[in-house]
Amino acid sequence: MATGQQWVLVEMVQAFYEAPAYHLILEGILILWIIRLLFSKTYKLHETYKLTEKEKEELIEEWQPEALVPPVSKDYPTLNYDVVTGPPSHKITINGKDCINFASFNFLGLLDNERVKQKALASLKKYGVGTCGPRGFYGTFDVHLELESRLSKFMKTEEAILYSYGFATIASAIPAYSKRGDIIFVDEAACFAIQKGLQASRSLIKYFKHNDMEDLERLLKEQELEDLKNPRKARVTRKFIVVEGLYINTADICPLPELVKLKYKYKVRIFLEESMSFGVLGDHGRGVTEHFGVNIDDIDLISANMENALASIGGFCCGRSFVIDHQRLSGQGYCFSASLPPMLAAAAIEALNIMEEDPDVFRVLREKCKHVYNALQGTPGLKLAGVPVAPALHLELERSSGSRESDMKQLRSVVDYCMERHVALTLARCLEKEERFLPPPSIRVVVTIEQTEEDIQKAVACIREAASALLIS
Amino acid sequence: MMVAVLTYMGYGILTIFGYLRDFLRHWKIERCHIAREKEEQKDFVPLYQDFENFYTRNLYMRIRDNWNRPICSVPGAKMDLMERATYDYNWTFEYTGRVVQDVINLGSYNYLGFAENTGPCADSAAEVTMKYGVGVASTRQEIGNLDRHEEMEKQVARFLGVESAMAFGMGFATNSMNIPALVGKGCLILSDELNHASLVLGARLSGSTIRVFKHNNMQSLEKLLREAIVHGQPRTRRPWKKILIVVEGIYSMEGSIVRLPEVIALKKRYRAYLYLDEAHSIGALGPRGRGVVDYFGLDPCDVDVMMGTFTKSFGAAGGYIAGKRELIEYLRSHSHSAVYATSMSPPVVEQIITSMKCIMGEDGTTIGSERVQQLAENTVYFRKRLREMGFIIYGNNDSPVVPLMLYMPAKIGAFGREMLKRNIGVVVVGFPATPIIESRARFCISAGHSKNMLDQALNVISEVGDLLQLKYSHHRLQLSSARPFDDDVYEDIDD
Repeated sequence: MATGQQWVLVEMVQAFYEAPAYHLILEGILILWIIRLLFSKTYKLHETYKLTEKEKEELIEEWQPEALVPPVSKDYPTLNYDVVTGPPSHKITINGKDCINFASFNFLGLLDNERVKQKALASLKKYGVGTCGPRGFYGTFDVHLELESRLSKFMKTEEAILYSYGFATIASAIPAYSKRGDIIFVDEAACFAIQKGLQASRSLIKYFKHNDMEDLERLLKEQELEDLKNPRKARVTRKFIVVEGLYINTADICPLPELVKLKYKYKVRIFLEESMSFGVLGDHGRGVTEHFGVNIDDIDLISANMENALASIGGFCCGRSFVIDHQRLSGQGYCFSASLPPMLAAAAIEALNIMEEDPDVFRVLREKCKHVYNALQGTPGLKLAGVPVAPALHLELERSSGSRESDMKQLRSVVDYCMERHVALTLARCLEKEERFLPPPSIRVVVTIEQTEEDIQKAVACIREAASALLIS
Repeated sequence: MMVAVLTYMGYGILTIFGYLRDFLRHWKIERCHIAREKEEQKDFVPLYQDFENFYTRNLYMRIRDNWNRPICSVPGAKMDLMERATYDYNWTFEYTGRVVQDVINLGSYNYLGFAENTGPCADSAAEVTMKYGVGVASTRQEIGNLDRHEEMEKQVARFLGVESAMAFGMGFATNSMNIPALVGKGCLILSDELNHASLVLGARLSGSTIRVFKHNNMQSLEKLLREAIVHGQPRTRRPWKKILIVVEGIYSMEGSIVRLPEVIALKKRYRAYLYLDEAHSIGALGPRGRGVVDYFGLDPCDVDVMMGTFTKSFGAAGGYIAGKRELIEYLRSHSHSAVYATSMSPPVVEQIITSMKCIMGEDGTTIGSERVQQLAENTVYFRKRLREMGFIIYGNNDSPVVPLMLYMPAKIGAFGREMLKRNIGVVVVGFPATPIIESRARFCISAGHSKNMLDQALNVISEVGDLLQLKYSHHRLQLSSARPFDDDVYEDIDD
């Protein structure tokens, strides 16, 4: 209404006259400043100069990318694979020569087992080969559920979860729990799959010297002091220790009882990777926890792949339901990938059956390992890395020539010499540029339960011959 | 508009209930079914933040029975499901022991129908199982490289029309282990908005800079390319070492096909490299089943890195990368998978060889090309009928992945359950695989579906759609939905 407006206007004008001078001046300056900002030209920080269209076209024309991949020379050592014709079992035909297999991780000799093959065949006739879908979308078969429950019963844990690829098991498990801001303490000799899992998790990684509990304790103490300075942050920062049961790079065992003590003292969780020790250590093959007599509930997560002792494909994690159930929704390799083909799961179930029926195989395997360990001591020019109970040992050069390439060539000549004499060995392979702590070049010697006394003696004699002929010169 | 409002309301109500239930659980008024931390470890830093699992506890648990449904037969066009019952609202499941037989399978990625347990593929796989065993127990570079692997790789190269190929044991791992081998620090990855988790993980692990362009939007891609070349790396202004464009053939949640001719034109103009992930499109698109390159009639040499999986159209498992000889030689020595991961299992390799021969017609029959044609026909028919009924469908007309929009959270659970009651198995997806208001049901057409099965499925979908009011579209053909089929329209024609 007119009177209302007028009345307000009169009040306004009155206020204008009554206001103190500095107030009016301040308001005036502010209004002028706003007007100036409104009309000034905006500029982005990184485009303080503008390129003309012609200049842009020139830049685009000039730019030359690198080649997609650098060329690889014809005689690059890892380019030409050794070709195996026929089944990769105890007697293996490699590059046309029949050899005794001292190179594949077939610890319990189950690659060639008739029962396992029959079960896989029966499963193939029922389900076909592939699963055509991830676990969430009709890719869960009753075989998967059975294998998971069998594995959890075998390892005496609450639950187990199955992955379709051994490498992806630990590489998906670590980032599911540890995120940016969390802290992980890892052994220096951790395998590549663990390193990829660590990289994917974006957490803060602290390496401690291989199997050195004092170094680990020092790092934990430092972290404790940090936590005291900032208790709010410490309350939400999770801490993990990731170790392997039997290290694939150095063939020795982690000191698990001390680790469990450190766990409760400094309140960190332990993730144990048991790819090499599952089905090898312990009275019943349950791995390094059984070997040391540690209560399995003390380990938060055990991850293993089924490609070594179980002679199948894939991997699994086991532990308490509280821990494992989380991976069903957040394990990347579980949710976004097709499930394990059912015939491979059926083969793994049968392999587990065989392991449970005859626990004596583990003792026999350990004796053979000890035997080979003792026999290979004192090889001229080579030194043996590992512990007597490890089934996959490393033979390193006693005196390195200084260049990794020439070391590899020398070791390769030893391997070739042995292959000529029908003993199949292999070089331990790794990606030189990607590994954090590069292990020295070595020959991998694998002990399996199918090797007889004379096989072992022949192999040892062959290696000694090769070493003295080619390395001592 | 109305639908969007109702969807947000639905989520709002669920969130409020979620907070209420959490409150009750915290004060122990309601019994808590969640697994608990160990007593001795109660004073450790908690493994999960409570808030992270809010969605899981309160929304996902209600409709959990639509996923992880166990099956006990071949995942073919029809399957047998194990019946599950839950007495405590989906916290635990029990198996009643009964089997639901002959459920029409619209969920498995069985595009060409090779998921079968009889026939030449299964026979040769059986032979190989008995001869070679199931496992390999060594890596490709050590002693796990079998002659069958080499033969399969040569065959894949022939199939795709490229110089050479290399195969890996897991499709997910193929991406996450080989992208880091190709690009590294100082390189740029331009990836589509809706790329799969494996591509995102591979890009992150490589350490290069990642820039995202809008889904299938060529202007957005060109803008990013120009900006990248002109301005170089951020802060140091050095030129980029390489630019890699990462796209997929068919996007699994949208059903859309990549605009390959335009991407290749852009790539040639700006000298970038193209990484094409054909996980869903290999075998499923194209007149000869050779994937999206065949569909557009382009030259496979234009795509620098062709990647695909064997899980979907070949009924096996694993992935491959194919391209020029130099690329594959580099990958043989530098790929993470070749050095550290066990090689593929022999029967799986045999299945790939046989099914590929079948598709190429090298086994002397025409089964392969018939299946490719059948899939194309099924796809077109299914999509046409759904659109006529009034549903909103996403994706390209030729893609066998058909997402049907549901939008509201309650309908996700209801749709899945109603379809199962009527003996049809479908896949429903919600957040976080899709944006929160765009939940959908996704159908995967197979060459194994006969026209009868498709008609049966379509009738049921229409019924459920009426029941749940899912026919959001305004372009409905009154003919097919309003009246029953056997009516007077065709009487005069028959006479």
